[in-house]
Amino acid sequence: MIGSIGPLPMEAPSPGSSFTDLLDSLGAKPTLNVPAGEKPPLAPEGTTVLAMRYEGGVVMAGDRRATEGNLVAHRRIRKVFQADKYSAVAIAGVAGIAIEMVKLFQVELEHYEKIEGVRLSLEGQASFLARLVRGQLPMAFQGLVVVPMFAGYDEREQRGRLYSYDAVGGRYEEVDFGSTGSGARLAKSYLRTVYREDLGADEASDLAVRALVAASQEDTATGGPDLRRGIYPTVLRIGAGGVEELPDSVIAPLAEQAVDQIR
Amino acid sequence: MTFPYVPPEQQVRDKAEFARKGIARGRSIIAVDYAGGVLLLAENPSTALHKISEVYDRIAFAGVGRYNEFETLRKAGIRQADLMGYLYSREDVTAMGLATAFAQTLGVIFTREPKPFEVEVLIVEISEEGDEHRLFRVSYDGTLYDERKFVAIGGKAEQLVEALQALWEDDLTLERALEIGTEAFRQAEGREMEGWEAAVLDYSNGRRAFRRLTGDELPTR
Repeated sequence: MIGSIGPLPMEAPSPGSSFTDLLDSLGAKPTLNVPAGEKPPLAPEGTTVLAMRYEGGVVMAGDRRATEGNLVAHRRIRKVFQADKYSAVAIAGVAGIAIEMVKLFQVELEHYEKIEGVRLSLEGQASFLARLVRGQLPMAFQGLVVVPMFAGYDEREQRGRLYSYDAVGGRYEEVDFGSTGSGARLAKSYLRTVYREDLGADEASDLAVRALVAASQEDTATGGPDLRRGIYPTVLRIGAGGVEELPDSVIAPLAEQAVDQIR
Repeated sequence: MTFPYVPPEQQVRDKAEFARKGIARGRSIIAVDYAGGVLLLAENPSTALHKISEVYDRIAFAGVGRYNEFETLRKAGIRQADLMGYLYSREDVTAMGLATAFAQTLGVIFTREPKPFEVEVLIVEISEEGDEHRLFRVSYDGTLYDERKFVAIGGKAEQLVEALQALWEDDLTLERALEIGTEAFRQAEGREMEGWEAAVLDYSNGRRAFRRLTGDELPTR
C-alpha cells in the first residue's frame, strides 16, 4: 500500500484534483462549531462589494470597511481578491471566515491547474465556490454568514461573466451587474440608473467607484473613500489580458470626483 | 510453499539493477542555469504527456522512467507543497524540504516494495536573485544529490553531464542555454532528437516563475 509510506501524500481522495478534499481527508479543513443554543462571538463583517460587466470584461470593486456591530473594526480591509489568472472573488459577511474561504479557493484553483495541467473553466470555478459557501451552511444558521461574488473572463466564450451567491450556496449568473453586502441595495439602485451594455473599461471602473460612494452615503457600514487617510476602494478589472488591479493613483481622482459630486 | 533465502545484499543489487534498466530505456532530461533562471529541457516526442511540471512558485519538477510512477510522485509533490504553503506560508515551501520528502518516499519504496520505482526525478528551485539555484536529483533508491549549474537524469545522464561540462559557461542567455542543451543531447545520444519539451523558472514571470516554452520558442531539432 503505497499511500501510507514516506512523508509525501501519495494518494488523494477521488477525483484527486481537489485541494479542499485533500485537506478534508487529513482532517485539516477549516471548520468552526458553535455549540447549540450559544450565540457566536461578535466578529468583524465586510460590507459592500459589486461587479459589473463591460464590453470585453468585468470590473469588481469593494469598499474597505469592516464593522463589528455599530463600530468600525477595520478601515483598510481588503474584500476583492484575484482568484486565478482570469478571475476574481469578492466577499461580504463575517470577514475572518470569508478571507479564509478565499485563501482556500485560491489554493484550490492553483492546485487543480498544477495537478491537471489546465486551468479549471470559469463555470467550474463558480460552481466550486458555491460548494465552499454551502459548506458554511451550519454556521450560517448560527449567524456567521458569508456571501461572496465571483467574476471572471471566460476564455472560451470571450466575455466577462459574473455570479452572485446566497448564504445556502445558491449561484446566480448576472447579465449586467450585481452586488452583495449591507450596501448592496443602494449600490444596485445607483447602477440601475446608469448602467449600459456598451460601457468601456474606464467608464465601468468610474461607475463602480461612484456606486460604492453612493452606498456609503446611506449605509453606515459601507466605508466611503477616506481622502484624508488615503484609503480608496479596491477595483479589479478582468479582461482578455487577465486580472489588473487599478493602483491608488488611478482610483484616487475617480473617488475625489465622486465624493465632490455627491449632493 | 517456501521461498529460498536471498541475502539482503543480493536483494538490493537485484532491485537496483532492475530499476536502472528501466530508467536506461527512457529518454533523459537536463536542467541548466542561465542568467535569468533555470531551463529544463527534455527529449519528448509527445506534446500531451509532460515530464516537466510546475510544483510551486519558484519550484519545478521533472521525472524520467515509468510515466505512471513519476506522475504519481509529481502529484504527491504538488500536494505536499500546497499543503505546506497553505498551513504555514508560501515562503516556507522550499526545494530542500520537497527533495528530502521525495528522497524519503523513494527510499521507503525501494526497500519495502517488491518492485522499486523505475524513476529519477529533479527538483529545481530558483533562488533569491544573485544566489546559486538549487538543483536536486533523487535516484530510484532515494539517494539525494545536490548539484550546481547543470544536472541530468535518465539513461544518458553521465554522457549529458560530460557534454555540459565542456559547453556550460557563466551568464548564459536563454537562447544560448537552449543551444547548449540541444547540443549536449546530440553529443550524448549520437543522433537527432524526436521532439522537445522545455520549460523555464524565470524571474521575469512574477510570483509563479514556471513557464512552458511553446511553438517557435522550442528548439527546431
